[in-house]
Amino acid sequence: MNETLLEVSHLKTYFPIRAGLFRRVVGHVKAVDDISFVLPKGRTLSVVGESGSGKTTVGRTILRLTDITDGEVKFKGVNIHKLKKHELRKLRPKMQMVFQDPYSSLNPRMKVGTAIGEALLEHGLATKQDVREKVEGALVKSGLEAVHYDRYPHEFSGGQRQRVGIARALVLNPEFMILDEPVSALDVSIQAQILNLLVDLREQMGLTYLFISHDLSVVEYISDDVAVMYLGTIVEHAGRDELFDHPLHPYTQALLSAAPIPDPTLKRERIILKGDIPSPANPPRGCRFHTRCPYAEARCREEVPQLRDMGGGHLVACHFAG
Amino acid sequence: MSQKALVEFKDLHTEFYTEAGVVKAVSGVSFQIRPGETVCVVGESGSGKSVTALSLMRLLANNAKIVKGEIIFDGRDVLKLKPHEMRRLRGNEIGMIFQEPMTSLNPVLTVGEQIMEPIIEHRMFSKREARKYAIELIEMVGIPRAHEIVDAYPHELSGGMRQRIMIAIALSCEPKLIIADEPTTALDVTIQAQILDLLRKLKSEKNVALMLITHDLGVVAEMADYVVVMYGGRVVEEGKVMEVFKNPRHPYTEGLLKAKPIIGERKERLYTIPGQVPSPLNLPLYCHFADRCPYVMPVCKEQYPDTFIDADGHKVACWLHAEGARA
Repeated sequence: MNETLLEVSHLKTYFPIRAGLFRRVVGHVKAVDDISFVLPKGRTLSVVGESGSGKTTVGRTILRLTDITDGEVKFKGVNIHKLKKHELRKLRPKMQMVFQDPYSSLNPRMKVGTAIGEALLEHGLATKQDVREKVEGALVKSGLEAVHYDRYPHEFSGGQRQRVGIARALVLNPEFMILDEPVSALDVSIQAQILNLLVDLREQMGLTYLFISHDLSVVEYISDDVAVMYLGTIVEHAGRDELFDHPLHPYTQALLSAAPIPDPTLKRERIILKGDIPSPANPPRGCRFHTRCPYAEARCREEVPQLRDMGGGHLVACHFAG
Repeated sequence: MSQKALVEFKDLHTEFYTEAGVVKAVSGVSFQIRPGETVCVVGESGSGKSVTALSLMRLLANNAKIVKGEIIFDGRDVLKLKPHEMRRLRGNEIGMIFQEPMTSLNPVLTVGEQIMEPIIEHRMFSKREARKYAIELIEMVGIPRAHEIVDAYPHELSGGMRQRIMIAIALSCEPKLIIADEPTTALDVTIQAQILDLLRKLKSEKNVALMLITHDLGVVAEMADYVVVMYGGRVVEEGKVMEVFKNPRHPYTEGLLKAKPIIGERKERLYTIPGQVPSPLNLPLYCHFADRCPYVMPVCKEQYPDTFIDADGHKVACWLHAEGARA
């Protein structure tokens, strides 16, 4: 096993719900409710889930873009949420994030080269003399051209903008990148280009990825390991092949069965889940999935299932798995 | 095959007039939809798939104009209908479902009122009958507690439920055609499966034709009888769903199918179509895909390809198939 790059233990992120004249806290949205995992250097872990699963909050809490409620996030052994501001700043370049829609995070009046270079100068990783060279290098690595330095965000297509987003993360020479739905807004023909680029960069630069997505086909392509989240908890966590070949949690099975496959000859027995995803502000008691689970029994309504190792590190939180 | 078409697009050209210039969103689209058939129009952003549907509904923005062509619906030329005739067509004979139901539902009316409105307007139901029918429709689209939901407001419902309400409204006047524009794109996977299942079920019960617009080849494979592939404002390929998936003839269709990661395949590397989707602002006069095509020939950069048809009725607009008959 490689050295551990990221260790998340018992992570909880709650958001207060305020109401009334005095904005008193009347409850909490338990966006992430006690999750743990270890991410070894050089591997890619995907966090899969639907809306309200907490997958994006996991990413944001790891980078301390959101405050933690309880638990620990250790990056190379350092507890991120215990760091002082200036210590955190020093660490920031090592941990970067790429978002779904880079357009909303780019200043429309700033040349993309300047925008990418800003962080370099800010962190003292470049001087005014060599910043342009470094930015152009990152643009080229991301599949753009040096001449794109002087262009404005609106001059780029969706796929190119995502390359700008990637270049902006890369230029800081990170070790770890959180990719939050990086290809979800892109057309299919462009998606493949970006996915291949991410795979190449991972190899060339020895990067470690946390890949957040709702799309299982994309996750299967890019991951080494996969964690499936439902309403703030991890319900299944295993190696990629193991998870896709032998999904054990009824939710994972349903997700796989629901994903449309581009083959009209395929006739599948689909598992169609009933009902909607409950609100994370008021998750069901017992197993959070019991309201939609086709196999739920009395025990599931009372007792919270713990993650159990079913062998070889295949973890599943279901009373009846195995 | 010989059945008379319910909808026929004939050489449709729709343009948008913008500050940046004339956008030829749809340029020369022709295809048919037969009664009871599901036709999927598939394409990427800017392919013109939504504009094709909006042209049929005549719901185009003010800066858009249909400059050429005909759209025949059930024997009538839609483009020649008077506004009041068009209103009767919409809602009554053609139902619509859009991507984001929240933006098409009125937030200050209950869902019941919104379902009842077209029934009272088009089918002359009394208020009482309409309400009873609205509750039946809500039950039919699989929403429990229909008696309570009928008085709920859109914001009280989840995304999946709102889309079910849209389907109920679309079906309320028993249309001959439903146009669904990316109806599940904004929904979670497990909810998407529910909605697709519902659409399939209702379609077979009511024998209504479905024009389904999507970018998702997985959805196409699951729903379509017939597939129309659009690229750069034109139809590049069309045929029966099995034909198009098993034997894609246009290099763009072939590339799209290869570029999509498929669960269970675990490829080492994804096939990529090089380059970008072309800007509809300055499309070339030659084949729109030529600049990205791995099989490009000199003729491809000289002339827009004719449409060629094979013995199975599978059509393709590509010079590679020039040995076939012209359609």
